[in-house]
Amino acid sequence: MSVPENLRYSEEHEWCTAVEDGVTTIGITAHAATALGDVVYVQLPEVGQQIAAGESCGEIESTKSVSDLFAPASGEVVAVNTAVVDDPSLVNDDPYGEGWLFRVRVDTLPDLLDAAGYRALVGADD
Amino acid sequence: MSEDVSGADTPRRNQSRPTPLHAVHVALGASMTDFAGWSMPLRYTSELAEHHAVRNAAGLFDLSHMGELVLTGPGAAAALDHALVGNIGKLAVRRARYTMICDADGGVLDDLIVYRLGAQEYMVVANAANTAVVMAALTERVAGFDTELRDATDDYALVALQGPRAVELLAPLTDADLGSLKYYASAPATVAGHPVLLARTGYTGEDGFELFCSPDDAESLWQALRAAGGPEVPLPAGLACRDSLRLEAGMPLYGNELTAERTPFEAGLGRVVKFDKGDFVGRDALLARAESGPRETLVGLVGRGRRAPRAGYPVVDPATGAALGVVTSGAPSPTLGKPVAMAYVPLDRAEPGTELAVDVRGRQEPVDVVALPFYRREA
Repeated sequence: MSVPENLRYSEEHEWCTAVEDGVTTIGITAHAATALGDVVYVQLPEVGQQIAAGESCGEIESTKSVSDLFAPASGEVVAVNTAVVDDPSLVNDDPYGEGWLFRVRVDTLPDLLDAAGYRALVGADD
Repeated sequence: MSEDVSGADTPRRNQSRPTPLHAVHVALGASMTDFAGWSMPLRYTSELAEHHAVRNAAGLFDLSHMGELVLTGPGAAAALDHALVGNIGKLAVRRARYTMICDADGGVLDDLIVYRLGAQEYMVVANAANTAVVMAALTERVAGFDTELRDATDDYALVALQGPRAVELLAPLTDADLGSLKYYASAPATVAGHPVLLARTGYTGEDGFELFCSPDDAESLWQALRAAGGPEVPLPAGLACRDSLRLEAGMPLYGNELTAERTPFEAGLGRVVKFDKGDFVGRDALLARAESGPRETLVGLVGRGRRAPRAGYPVVDPATGAALGVVTSGAPSPTLGKPVAMAYVPLDRAEPGTELAVDVRGRQEPVDVVALPFYRREA
């Protein structure tokens, strides 16, 4: 299961990029996408919305289940991926790329797991 | 993501039992799940792709977790007529019947398929989660009849080939005359050199076959079927798509639509109860329910939005928000492209076209009552 080195991870299986120009990009991990199964519906926060780390800010629905999307960082949502709303299968096909979910303006990232820590959390071999 | 995701694709290795095809699933990279004490493939790659493969071409399933209970002897038919709600005595050799085993109060203990294998031999196929319950109930109920009952689950692997191309794919591998093997019929046959009980049954809403074979032959049989139509036909298909396929086909699932708290009449399956065959376990209670009518009934719901009702969600009055009933199964329908669900509702809200709502995690989502099934294959 792919766990890119350059990302940071929440225990709720979201990933965040390093902060660039005050913004981090957020998505869900390949592990989470695989565990969910085929994603069929994504509800994202709205641009301009203030989200708080650890709180629910959306929903991800697969053929089998529904999961809350938790904000891994606090801040203002500055962009959402409308392509993934139109085609939720992007979350499965490219969770770290075209399947990104939203961008948040933050000062710094909270204390999150690095790739090794996340691998340990999910018991990934690679 | 909420915590229920964590580790969902990690098989619980404690006591879940492998099927004879376990190595095949692992080699295919399946996501395994514990189901009724068995380690079963949930999906191989994508349950949507697997679902569409079964609707449009063919899928291959391992159903070796199902329970096979065999009755033999001159009193077998009478014993089953006493123990089950269906008319087993009228079942011809090589025919099968969908039936149920009910409690004395009429509640459903399991839904079953009974295959008549010979003049004095019947095979009862039970849900994996209920095999022990059904075995215990049958043991008690057939005592006093001239029959021998045994749990033959370990004697069989079960592979299902389901989909519109099933006949075309199976025909070159078997000596059986598939054209004369009707729906709900079975026959001993040879497939890819292995003796099987070949049955034209399934749980997908498509044409197809279920092949009961020796566990020792399962892998060889699977590989022969797997290669029947090229690399992706049939596509290995897991339990996730089996559930969405049966839901679209309006087929009840024990534990969801069928429970010990409801009779077959609530589920709209009163036709499986045969009162004209004499006494049987549950007869008085079921007769009373047949005469009084069900208190609630199972309906199909189609969502207008994109969020799917799920099992356990309340069905509510769209005007007042008052609770009316409960969803028993629900999912986004891959074939219809919209959410579908089955739910118990009061009789006066069950008419197709009735507008209802489902409380989807705190928000009312509009749904319309429709006639079941959601999907019916073209004849």
